[in-house]
Amino acid sequence: MSLLQNVAISVSDEQGMLLDVARGFVRDQTPIAAVRAQLETEPGFDPAIWKAMVDMGWTGIALPDSVGGAGMGVGSAVPVFEAMGGGLLGTPLLATTLAGQLLWRAAGEGAADWLGRLCAGSVATVAILDAADWGGANTGVRLDGQGSLTGGKRFVADAGVADYFVVLASEEGAPVLALVERSAVQEGAISANVLIDLTKRAANVDFTGVMPAEVIRGESVSTALRDTLLLGALLTAAESTGAADRCLTSITEYLKTRKQFGKLIGSYQALKHPTVDIYVGMENARAFVYHGATVVGEGALSRDAEIACRMAKVAADDVIVFAGDRSVQFHGGFGFTWDCDSTLFIRRAQWAQQMYGGAIHHRKRLAKLLLDG
Amino acid sequence: MSDNKAALTTFRDDVAAWMAENVPADPGFLLPLTFLEVGTEQQLDFLREWQHKLWSAGYLGMHWPTEYGGQGADPAFQYIVDKELGRHNAPIIFNTIGLNWVGPLLLDMGTGEEKAKYIKNILSAEEIWCQGFSEPDHGSDLGAVQTRAVRDGDEYVVNGSKIWTTLGNYADHMILLARTNPNTERKYDGLSFFLSPMKIDGVEAHPIRKVTGEYGFNQTFFTDARIPASCLMGDEGGGWTVAMKTLEYERGVTAGQASGHWGVTIQIDDMIEELSHIEHDGAPLLADPVVRDDLVGFIMEAKALTLNGRRMAIPALNSDYPMGLALSVKYRGTEYERRMKQYTASKQGAQSALYVGDDDAVRGGFWQRAYFSNFGATIGGGTTQVQANIIAEHVLGLPK
Ligand SMILES: Cc1cc2nc3c(=O)[nH]c(=O)nc-3n(C[C@H](O)[C@H](O)[C@H](O)COP(=O)(O)OP(=O)(O)OC[C@H]3O[C@@H](n4cnc5c(N)ncnc54)[C@H](O)[C@@H]3O)c2cc1C
Repeated sequence: MSLLQNVAISVSDEQGMLLDVARGFVRDQTPIAAVRAQLETEPGFDPAIWKAMVDMGWTGIALPDSVGGAGMGVGSAVPVFEAMGGGLLGTPLLATTLAGQLLWRAAGEGAADWLGRLCAGSVATVAILDAADWGGANTGVRLDGQGSLTGGKRFVADAGVADYFVVLASEEGAPVLALVERSAVQEGAISANVLIDLTKRAANVDFTGVMPAEVIRGESVSTALRDTLLLGALLTAAESTGAADRCLTSITEYLKTRKQFGKLIGSYQALKHPTVDIYVGMENARAFVYHGATVVGEGALSRDAEIACRMAKVAADDVIVFAGDRSVQFHGGFGFTWDCDSTLFIRRAQWAQQMYGGAIHHRKRLAKLLLDG
Repeated sequence: MSDNKAALTTFRDDVAAWMAENVPADPGFLLPLTFLEVGTEQQLDFLREWQHKLWSAGYLGMHWPTEYGGQGADPAFQYIVDKELGRHNAPIIFNTIGLNWVGPLLLDMGTGEEKAKYIKNILSAEEIWCQGFSEPDHGSDLGAVQTRAVRDGDEYVVNGSKIWTTLGNYADHMILLARTNPNTERKYDGLSFFLSPMKIDGVEAHPIRKVTGEYGFNQTFFTDARIPASCLMGDEGGGWTVAMKTLEYERGVTAGQASGHWGVTIQIDDMIEELSHIEHDGAPLLADPVVRDDLVGFIMEAKALTLNGRRMAIPALNSDYPMGLALSVKYRGTEYERRMKQYTASKQGAQSALYVGDDDAVRGGFWQRAYFSNFGATIGGGTTQVQANIIAEHVLGLPK
């Protein structure tokens, strides 16, 4: 069997339509000016936009009909995230989608009520990291015999607006998922992070003393957690691919209009050739992202799907970091300003490259998967 | 649809069975890695016979019209043959300039007479083709070529020199780009395209030795060479358009090639297999974390190439940048291969220093030679840097 393994890539009619619709929505409803207007607001997004996204069914794309979703599979969320990345649109959709995946994968129909709420527009989020290490066990929050939690989580996406939290904890050494209502979290227990990407929001949350509304236990928790982290990598990769493409457009537009030494700067190969490499890198990332969308399928992720998600993240990290970085440089002094969209891209890049594990995290695991088989 | 699938499966089995029987054994002398390095009569005779045999068996030009010696089938059949040739480590199908550039070009733009005259002999390897585009002073800037062709009655008289002419010393015909008018406002408008005979008075090809130590290309001199006026393809002064179409076939931007098996197939699996036998710091090389990380990078590049190839057929994933994926195939593919071969050639400890001819060389110096040979792909047919310009200008719309 070839090392390249599974090379399936396809797009269903539904996925193609979602991509068109999502791109249209982002273009028409959330132009960059609207995104900028939210950069320094507390929630970081416009509630009307979020409502429109919920009304279009985006919070339930990846969940089955039986719990109120669209039953299209998590691969179908990929075009939506690619389009959102293209507009640098924040919102809690990523957090909510991953909370849905974690719950569904760990508890199935058992979590129907929680999942139904989320499909109907409640914001949910996953609280995973104890510290900065995506590769750590992250089971430092304890659930004691009295049903009470001790400890806190860090970098919890969209914690400030979450209606409920899915908290990774441990009970007698075993990983469990504690479901915590926003109302159960103490005033002052949520302290916002100052994020590098101002289109995103996260906070540290202290769950000490909180009684979860429900606890999900059993074997399925570990697999669900592993798969959710991989899907987080894939969906972040989709966002980064869209963002890199948008960043490429902003670079080429500038290279086609700005003149120095009497010539359009786009005619200088020192700018031209790296721009081609951004294009090629973006196409590579896009290939991996849609390969991932094709192979994730239903149920626990296969080895092929794991490889696909990790490769997608590596490729997308590489290109968004390169694109954001070069975008600042290629815009000269203007590139260094807050008003230049390069600011948004380079900040998005630095945020995205660590989410759900950076390139080294995934490459190390890919080495094992590919070379020790 | 499923009928078609069944037909392809049966075909694949037939081809595989035929190859098992007919792929020639190692002839005991060095064979070229690609069509660019056919350097001895012995290699030439061997490869000519092999191509003729494959064609006679009905396995070449699968999708070319039967009236010109093809099989009139779907391109998928040719793809299967190429795959099986690779799988059976078959010697290369060397008449590449004919099979992959001239043939498709003639089928696309040639007259009935031209097709009838040339195509079958390309397939059967009875006639070998070469390409006379580059000149000593004009390579990347192809539009500036100066070799002159002057009309004289029923003939053109050609003077000048072409260089890097692959297979030129063995070829029967050349696709020749020459200047018929030196006084046009645009340099491109003075060029004409000829299907020119090689074995005539006034044409001489002198072999040039390569980095690999082998031969395969030539400098070709034209001294008052007289070629029939009927050799002109298209209109006088319309040569640039024909040349550009030829390059689309050469660069794999447009399909229609009769055989993709123009070089020894080297895949990522071969690389990993080779490196898995190597010791480094008293342990397997593949246990070294730095090497492992490098290899993940190579595997990802190989996989991205394959995925992007498949993606070209999916409009939803291929319409943002029309032609973008097709135009980047050569740019990405040839550079990946160069780095992959260099890496493998250089991770053999002291054996990395051995070359073809040394009995102790890893796989006979295969990787060292393959690395050098690969520059034919990153320079020939338009250099990587020129490909980058093309992508920048034609895909991203950047200024010249
Ligand atoms: C193995 C091999 C086989 C070949 N076979 C044939 C054949 O059969 N027939 C034939 O006609 N030709 C053949 N060629 C020639 C090939 O097409 C030319 O070598 C190629 O087009 C480059 O031209 P050049 O050699 O004149 O290099 P130059 O054009 O002089 O290039 C020198 C360097 O400058 C760079 N450069 C040039 N222009 C630009 C630019 N605008 N922007 C950025 N960088 C630039 C190039 O990338 C290169 O690195 C062959 C070449 C090789 C290596």
